[in-house]
This record gives sequence, C-alpha cells and structure tokens, in this order.
Amino acid sequence: MLEWRPMKVRVLVRPKSGILDPQGEAVRRALPALGFGGVGSVHVGRLIEMEVESAEEIDGMCRRLLANPTIEEYEWEVVS
Amino acid sequence: MRIGVTVFPGSNCDRDALYAIERTGAAPVELWHADADLKGVDAVVVPGGFSYGDYLRPGAIARFSKVMKPLEDFAKGGGPVLGVCNGFQVLTEAHLLPGALLRNVGMRFVCTRVPARVETAKTPWTSLFESGDRLTLPVAHNEGNYFADERTLRELEDEERVVLRYLDNPNGSLNDIAGICNAARNVVGLMPHPERVSEEALGSDEGLKVFESVLSFAGVRV
Repeated sequence: MLEWRPMKVRVLVRPKSGILDPQGEAVRRALPALGFGGVGSVHVGRLIEMEVESAEEIDGMCRRLLANPTIEEYEWEVVS
Repeated sequence: MRIGVTVFPGSNCDRDALYAIERTGAAPVELWHADADLKGVDAVVVPGGFSYGDYLRPGAIARFSKVMKPLEDFAKGGGPVLGVCNGFQVLTEAHLLPGALLRNVGMRFVCTRVPARVETAKTPWTSLFESGDRLTLPVAHNEGNYFADERTLRELEDEERVVLRYLDNPNGSLNDIAGICNAARNVVGLMPHPERVSEEALGSDEGLKVFESVLSFAGVRV
C-alpha cells in the first residue's frame, strides 16, 4: 500500500519542431496508402503516465530522463 | 596498457571489443555496469548492443548506470573513451558528446558494410591513420542518424571534430557523419563497428587499427 495518495500525471514527449521525424513521415505515407485522404503532417511522440506523490519534480524528470532536450520537447498535465 | 569495456544489460559487442583489444596486445578488462570504479584502466570502450532494451531512447537508461559516474570523471580528466554504436548513443545521452542519434531515415535497421573516410588523425583512437584514409566498416543500427543543431554542426566541422564520414550514407545522418569527438578530442563516438573487423577471418582486420591507435597514442609500440 502506498502511504500517499497518488497523483496521476501524463507526460507527452515529441520530436522538436523542425527535427526530422522518420516515424511520423512513415505513418504519413502509410495513411493514404490505406485510402485515408487529407492527411497533412504526422508526428509520432511518446505518452508516459505516472503516479507521483507531487508534481514538483516532473520538470526535472522530463529534462533528465523522460525527454532528450536536444531533439525532443515535452509537456505534462495532472490528470487526477 | 589496460583497456576497459563496459558491460550493460543488453550490450552485445562487448566480447568483440575485448577480443579486438586482446589482439592488439593490450589487456582487456570487463567493467560491469554496477561497478563503482574503472579498475585503473588506461582507456575505456563503451560497446554496441541494446543496453536496457533501448527502452525510452537508446542509451537513455544506461547513461545513469553506476559505472558511468567514474567514466564521466575519467573522460573529463582527458582519458581516452570510445563509444561504438549503442556506446555512441550512451555518450551523447551522457552529454560527453554533442548531438543525438535519431531513427534512420529509411525507418529500417541497417546491417551492412559501408565505405567511410577517416577525417582526422588527431584523436587517440585514430592516431595511426591519416586523414583521408578509406575504410570499409560494418554498421548495424536502427538509430544512427546523427543530428545536431546548426551551431554545433558548424563547430564540429570548423574544429575538425568529425572523425569518420560515410562515403555512402546509410541512415541520413547530417553531413554524412559517422563519428565525432568532443572538444578535448579524447572522447570519440562511432556508429560503425571497428571491433567487428579485427582479423582476416572476420572478413577484414581494418578495424584493429582503431584499437592499436590508442596504444600508440599512449606511447606503447604496436
């Protein structure tokens, strides 16, 4: 049993704008091939859900581990 | 001379690196990821593989292993460090080398041999080469597409810190970069695998010279 009431946090990590995103590009090309038209750019990121005691250190976690600031940007929100 | 090879869960080129080192006449030393010191080695190789299953990003978890703290101190003190493939990714994640390695442009794992050119002999790991030397080296990676911002890229070129350049770019890396070094030139990262071509029975021994270079650099006759 956790001794604290967990807070749910959702972190979204994605390629910085302007950085080549081969995954997004592959998906963008695959969609019309399946008959889905009208698709512009596609970017593929990563969603990380965590239970934490407080949101205080989320930025530190993102900068040091969850995202690589050289190539990725992140945002996060408290879900519940 | 004693040369260490770090071993993380998921490393798979550590044995090849130890073998290549042995062939140069140096003493190979295994450095376990949970070791708190480098056992007094004179140089360190961070080998290829899939440390921690490439979870999160290649090298992102390995970079916080216990052995990385003494390795970072060693590198900052000028000790020769070579990262190959996943080892290169670990060194960029640890900020010992600038930039990052993105997914290959073709979205495919590339496993082949590529022609490449040594761009500088001014590193411990290329000291026996001459700039312009051509090599054919194995590559085997999914994230080998070197990226750095424009300023960093210009610095790398102006300071002759591109160590190895593809002659036939397999992954879309900027400026055909296959390997770079840090500003102090003691830390080198290469995507191709010199340790996999360390004797004729493996198809070529062209890669052995990388390991002989660090011996020669340290004043050992090879």
